Amino acid sequence: MTNKPSVYFDYAATTPCDASVLKAMEPYWNECFGNPHSRSHAYGWDAESAVERARTQVAWAINAQSDEVIFTSGATEANNLAIKGFVLGPNMPKNKKKILTFATEHKCVIESFRFLKSMGFEVKILPVLSNGLVDLDMLENELDDAAFLSIMYINNETGVVQDIGAISKMCRAKGVCLHVDAAQAVGKIPVNARDVDLLSISGHKLYGPKGIGALFVSKSPRVRIASLFSGGGQERGMRSGTLPTVLCVGLGAAVELTLERMKEDFERAQHFQQQVIDQVINKLPEVYINGAIDSKIPHILNISVPYVEGESLIMRMHEFALSSGSACTSKSLEPSHVIRAMHPDNEDLAHSSLRVCFGRQTKAEDVDALIRALQKHIEELRSLSPLWSMVQKGIDLKTINWQAH
Amino acid sequence: MAYSKEVLEHFNNPKNVGEMDENAQDTGVSIVGAPACGDVLQFSVKIEDDRIKDAKFKAFGCGSAIASSSYLTQKVIGKTLEEAAQISNKSIAQALALPPIKWHCSVLAQEAIKGAIENYKKKQA
Repeated sequence: MTNKPSVYFDYAATTPCDASVLKAMEPYWNECFGNPHSRSHAYGWDAESAVERARTQVAWAINAQSDEVIFTSGATEANNLAIKGFVLGPNMPKNKKKILTFATEHKCVIESFRFLKSMGFEVKILPVLSNGLVDLDMLENELDDAAFLSIMYINNETGVVQDIGAISKMCRAKGVCLHVDAAQAVGKIPVNARDVDLLSISGHKLYGPKGIGALFVSKSPRVRIASLFSGGGQERGMRSGTLPTVLCVGLGAAVELTLERMKEDFERAQHFQQQVIDQVINKLPEVYINGAIDSKIPHILNISVPYVEGESLIMRMHEFALSSGSACTSKSLEPSHVIRAMHPDNEDLAHSSLRVCFGRQTKAEDVDALIRALQKHIEELRSLSPLWSMVQKGIDLKTINWQAH
Repeated sequence: MAYSKEVLEHFNNPKNVGEMDENAQDTGVSIVGAPACGDVLQFSVKIEDDRIKDAKFKAFGCGSAIASSSYLTQKVIGKTLEEAAQISNKSIAQALALPPIKWHCSVLAQEAIKGAIENYKKKQA
């Protein structure tokens, strides 16, 4: 690495490939290198059997049948395929144009919806409550004349878990096709594909390789989607292209391992999260958790530190690999669209958010060091902040006529 | 993004942090930016015989905004009002080797020092 390695706290961005996953993948680079679609020799058959075993491992993890799993290049492709494939496919009702998603979704979902809007579909990007959860009553009303809903199971910035069980019942009752982006959910909580029509999975979020993901396409009830690529008609015609055997094997092994470790990983994350809550959130004035604490996974903790700009805090915490949706870190100079959607009346919070993720390699002493650094730098940066000083003097920041630039 | 040595030095050890009494006759205070944009700079100057005797800042913003402010306070102390007003944002950006995406931080710092001088001048009128 070019820079001194910092302690990794960014597991929602990606995870390292587990050593046992790497080991399972190893023979498939050059030893068992056949094209899994070759029908005429053992090279192909061996590769095919490895791919099918991986497919079964993925299916088993989400309570699906193996012929309901389509391999893709990752969750972005799975989301694109689910959304565009359904809406442009044969199951899209002819008499409905309305398709729904939420403002806190991943960019690849929101951009897919924008694409469909440009094609004439009635796109509605719904707001969420300030705790990140969906307003189920509002959703039920919106579903009345809708054809399709895409929602993420667990938000990648806040860790908020949506009530997919309840949303599934509503969608079934109203005949709305339900797509769930479960990239952050598989391996964190039990996921039941039988509740949904389409479900996306990512390999590298669960200690598997990058460049592989999967889309669950339900056969019961049967969901049909259009393909996005023209080609040889692999993956039951839904996703043409030679499957990367080695990556499929990696995904299968990673999914299996992540289910075995799910309880242990969850409890460790819970313990670490509680320490940060006790030592930082509850100890320092005005530090908040973004997202419903009683409906989130502990692996992702998003905090807002008002009066301190997110990037400056991350820059001070350079010994730790953290992320912020804040203005300066993203190329677009946009603050987090997720935090903004949760607090439309308080854009400042989006500039002050910091995401801490706990993963398999997180050690207790790393969390102790993180806590000490957070305490120190939040205090120091607040002593630098004109906003903090105004608030200490009793000035209401909303009464000031700021000049936006 | 990699930061320059200069930015990191001012960011990690900011110089001249503080505020001044804005009601005093010999000070000028200005606040520029907006919380919603992610940058707010507060500059205070103390003037004696048309010369900046002392300068202080407080900043809410990214590392480059904090570094630009810290650098500028050092730069203006001892300068006449006229000299201080002539410091360009470009010279700040160059001195700190700011990447183009952060040039607005130097613009903001320059606006803040100008505003503080104007505020002082208004009091004298």
